[in-house]
Amino acid sequence: MWFYFIKRILIAFPTLLAVVTFSFFLMRLAPGGPFDQEAPLPPEIMENLRVAYGFDKPLINQYLDYLVNLLHGDFGPSFKYKDFTVTELIAQGLPVSASNGFLALVLSVCFGIPVGIIAALNQNKKVDHLIMSFAMIGIVIPTFVIGPLLALFFGIILKDTIFALPVGGWEDGKLENRILPVICLSLPFIAYISRITRASMIETMRTNYIRTAIAKGLPYHKVVINHALKSSMIPVVTFLGPATVALLTGSMIIETIFGLPGIGRYFVQGALNRDYTLVMGVTILAAFLVIIITLIVDIIYAWLDPKMRYD
Amino acid sequence: MARPKDEVRLKMDYTKSFFPFNTKNSKSLDALKDIEERSLWTSAMQRLIQNKAAYISALLILFLAFVCFVGPYFLSWSYDEIDWDLIEATPPSINNGHFLGTDSLGRDLLARILQGGQVSFQVGLLATMVAVLIGVTVGSLAGFLGGWVDQVLMRIVDILYVIPLMFFIIILMVIFGRNFYLMFIAIGFVEWLTMSRIVRGQTMTLRHKEFIDSARVSGSSNTRIIFKHIIPNILGVVVVYVTLTIPQVILLESFLSFLGLGVQPPMTSWGALISEGAREMEITPRTLIIPALFLSTALFCFNFLGDGLRDALDPRDR
Repeated sequence: MWFYFIKRILIAFPTLLAVVTFSFFLMRLAPGGPFDQEAPLPPEIMENLRVAYGFDKPLINQYLDYLVNLLHGDFGPSFKYKDFTVTELIAQGLPVSASNGFLALVLSVCFGIPVGIIAALNQNKKVDHLIMSFAMIGIVIPTFVIGPLLALFFGIILKDTIFALPVGGWEDGKLENRILPVICLSLPFIAYISRITRASMIETMRTNYIRTAIAKGLPYHKVVINHALKSSMIPVVTFLGPATVALLTGSMIIETIFGLPGIGRYFVQGALNRDYTLVMGVTILAAFLVIIITLIVDIIYAWLDPKMRYD
Repeated sequence: MARPKDEVRLKMDYTKSFFPFNTKNSKSLDALKDIEERSLWTSAMQRLIQNKAAYISALLILFLAFVCFVGPYFLSWSYDEIDWDLIEATPPSINNGHFLGTDSLGRDLLARILQGGQVSFQVGLLATMVAVLIGVTVGSLAGFLGGWVDQVLMRIVDILYVIPLMFFIIILMVIFGRNFYLMFIAIGFVEWLTMSRIVRGQTMTLRHKEFIDSARVSGSSNTRIIFKHIIPNILGVVVVYVTLTIPQVILLESFLSFLGLGVQPPMTSWGALISEGAREMEITPRTLIIPALFLSTALFCFNFLGDGLRDALDPRDR
């Protein structure tokens, strides 16, 4: 097993390097540059700008410089948000996105798993059908539909009642400002997690060791909680890897809809403004996070599934 | 099951026979195989029709696609035409031909929704085709050849899996402009990963079947075996996956358009319409809700159809 993890860690480095290289050269292929404006700048100023940002050097030197800076945690200056480095922008945005993402994940695990278990224990009954229909809705209707609809409902229709919630803005993470974004972000995860939990719970409840546990007279809820739960969590843990990717892309939408100052919105803004360094910085950070989290998920996986440990 | 072309079929593909018996009786075996083949698909079809949700979804998808592609010819307004008398969002009315009203620029909402549907369906189909093409080729090569080819291809897939590719699509869209065709190629390039893994798994189980051995003994090349014997046998899985990929692709396109990175005005798509509607929902919730309804219906139907097909073709999963 340790061999496997070491291999995974070793694979992570070339993957990250590939991400950096690929995004760097892709960005440089782009026609037009960050200094293009409607009224063209005088050539002397343009030249000075290019020198200041190191664009006059050969491409390969720029790439090596970028790599060296990256190793020091320096993503370079932002082209559009003058006076800010990309590292500073990320340092501002990451806590916002990460805390929302974490809350959404906790909410969906706390809600999705119990709901999935209830559905599994009532397989093919009304409760089950009801829960699975809601799960289907959560999976199929995209967040960029649910988000504006929630905003419409809580922000405009319920405007003068006590249920009114702010539909945008951050205000240093006040609870009311977080409610709608976090709910919106977690809905698809609740849906997925409950579906996965239901499927694997149904399978687990049919195994011999569960039958034994019931046969020897253990109370039903104890069988479910102590025996079935742990092994039916394996597929849920597997889902957490792709979930982080979805969380990162989800944050782009959520932060755009609700106007939150997170890295997702910086990325979208940066992409629209051709802010090369900002876009690259966020991409590399996202890849880094995904790689780390997939690795952690694998370790939890090995802890849950003894078969994997002896492989 | 005697058919006029049985003799010809026999010559052409007796190696394809599913049965590991000797081929002396291959004529009767071929007939047998014919029954077997037909009954597999027929029974799958029957199961699909019995599954009401899936069946209705299939009909609804066909209906939606038909309306989106044919409907605009029967409307008096085109999707980018501005009704200068109604330069603001107006409620639906039969009299002026705006059956769903107009958007804030006085353009007919129904015409725009149908146009957006065309874009979504086209992107869905084309990007899925790209994904299937790459996924099936890579998956079957890796699964069939095994060894270092498998290792290299699957490590590449592993690496690509980890990278949040949505970011790369966005970078691509920014760099090469919001080109319609580039968009579906880019989306297709992202969606093939899962396909290749599924196909690889299936191919590996098929690889050691006797009919593959018999094909090799009779001198078929690897390419021929892959295209003539392996791929036809994994079509079921591919079909299921295609119906589940199309909604994902439609969703991705809408996602990009919502962020302003997809199709550009005056061209529109369901995602772009939802984005426009979201900006004006305080005044006219209709411009948000109606396109959202269309998009959700299409996504629901594709998902139900995909689930239904999976159940129909693979009864074990039930």
